[in-house]
Amino acid sequence: MSISESNTNMNVIDRDGLDRLFEVLVSEGYLLIGPRVRDASVVYDEISSTRDMPVGLKDEQEPGRYRLHERGDGAVFGYVVGPHSWKRELFPPVQKLYQVQRNGGKPDMEAPAADVQKRALIGVRGCELAAMAIQDKVFVDGPFVDEQYKRRRENLFIVAVHCNEPAATCFCGSMGTGPAARSGFDLAMTEVIGGGIHEFIVETGTELGATMLDAVPHRESTEDDRVRRAMINETARQGMTRAMRTDDVHRLLTRNYESPRWEEVSERCLSCANCTMVCPTCFCSTVEDVTDLSGDHAERWRKWDSCFTSDFSYLVGGSVRPSISSQYRQWLTHKLATWQDQFGVIGCVGCGRCISWCPVGIDLTEEVAAIRESEHPAKRYV
Amino acid sequence: MQPKVKPKLAVWKFASCDGCQLSLLDCEDELLDVVGAVELAYFPEATKSVVDGPYDVSLVEGSITTPHDAERIHQIRRESKVLVTIGACATSGGIQALRNFANVESFTRIVYAAPQYIDTLKKSTPIGDHVRVDFELRGCPINQYQLLEVINAFLNGRKPNIPTYSVCVECKRRGLSCVMVSQGTPCLGPVTQAGCDALCPSYNRGCYACFGPKESANVPSLSQWWRSSLDVRREDLVRSLRTFNSGATDFERESIRHAN
Repeated sequence: MSISESNTNMNVIDRDGLDRLFEVLVSEGYLLIGPRVRDASVVYDEISSTRDMPVGLKDEQEPGRYRLHERGDGAVFGYVVGPHSWKRELFPPVQKLYQVQRNGGKPDMEAPAADVQKRALIGVRGCELAAMAIQDKVFVDGPFVDEQYKRRRENLFIVAVHCNEPAATCFCGSMGTGPAARSGFDLAMTEVIGGGIHEFIVETGTELGATMLDAVPHRESTEDDRVRRAMINETARQGMTRAMRTDDVHRLLTRNYESPRWEEVSERCLSCANCTMVCPTCFCSTVEDVTDLSGDHAERWRKWDSCFTSDFSYLVGGSVRPSISSQYRQWLTHKLATWQDQFGVIGCVGCGRCISWCPVGIDLTEEVAAIRESEHPAKRYV
Repeated sequence: MQPKVKPKLAVWKFASCDGCQLSLLDCEDELLDVVGAVELAYFPEATKSVVDGPYDVSLVEGSITTPHDAERIHQIRRESKVLVTIGACATSGGIQALRNFANVESFTRIVYAAPQYIDTLKKSTPIGDHVRVDFELRGCPINQYQLLEVINAFLNGRKPNIPTYSVCVECKRRGLSCVMVSQGTPCLGPVTQAGCDALCPSYNRGCYACFGPKESANVPSLSQWWRSSLDVRREDLVRSLRTFNSGATDFERESIRHAN
């Protein structure tokens, strides 16, 4: 996806302007959630200014490996994506659904109050906006609306950032979600750095975004700015080394349920569930009921779960998917194929998290390619 | 609904350090509620008074290492309606199962001045090798909240929420970053059962597998990655697999494969 050609609503703020924007958002009641370094990686958590952010750092990623390095240029958004995704903010890993108190013969049920905190998400990438749009289909657009998700989603202010340098694990280009953010933001920035300049070219996506930007010192963009922005995006697009073919993937996977590749990958797969936990679109959860010792007070909690646990598919008599090969097959075919039947879109945005954060470096793009290749074994002998 | 007669709880000790049964006494905030809900019928660490069996719930700590204990566990099973094993010793043989990889007499000769008085078995084995076990609580030591959860579920007639998936699930829910991926630190979390809330990774350490192998643990794949991508030496890999749960089948098999 190339960057939007629209010249309208494009302004420029300087490096200090970014902190000024944060101050404006805080004064409007927003909690700033953005990137910060923890445990040798970039995670999303509360921030108060750019001082909290991974300034001057880049993330080197490959299957099963992630390392932070100094860039030497002071870039604020010089990293790509880490192990966190924004789903933590909208679909928390552990959430109380309701509680019940025995009150004589009648149980008193009480749901927690809706979370009305306004959140400003800082540095959201194109792939991540696409992931949010997919989770919206799951939690809001269907017949059963998740009110907690919906409320949190409505209270977001999104500051997107176009990626300047993809990681080696990124393949958003072939998934049509990046490296530039296309829609779904209030403001979107291109970080321009070099030749003594450090600025952000800011696109406005909403009225609210325009209002916030108005409170920050800025100048109108020039033709030079727009050319530079387009060049940065083109460099990012061409710098992407990984790809996944998707036009045939639904038919490919659904006619290969018995492929020997599932057994092969299961020899490497740990069924640890890391891929599903870091995936920005995976939405599966389990529900646990807890009681106090007397049984007078009970609570129902929702927790992130995964198709890689045997309890997840436990029915009367046992787990439907007890083997690692059946669990991996379920994950990949759902993500890339049957997700399309269910939600009308593919479930993968090409962020590459499942590749980097797989403890043994399993790469879904390689698995899909191998299954495609396995249909033409004769080629190997030509 | 509170039962009219309080269920009788017994706590039994076999070869072990006492740490797991002390976890019950560590439940300081909940302890009064527990003794209000159950009768501590046999728990020498807590009370001298002994109530005769049968017992509604027996918590069994420790592994079987002597001929005497191999008899005693059958007596306890006969007196217990529900038998729950607690901790790595009771569920996989514990640290003392390291004897399973060696000749136990070579140890007794070194440790004891008069080894002829020592009457011990060649192997340390889990309780489940000897009698039927109704529920297993993992850990070295067990997590006190998991113990409370099992007692709680028993009292309320519901399924205990004790997951058998990996430590990684707890790690990621907490928002921790993988120490293996981001720092190259060997971690057994992907093959280890959850229950500790990812305690060691939360302090930037790899998991030591206190809770033993998770469901369908792919230990060969993780071992391969440690050796090829993290440059872990063969003897260090074997040592990592032979700590608290060396007798657990998934770890035992893999450690033997690399030891020989």
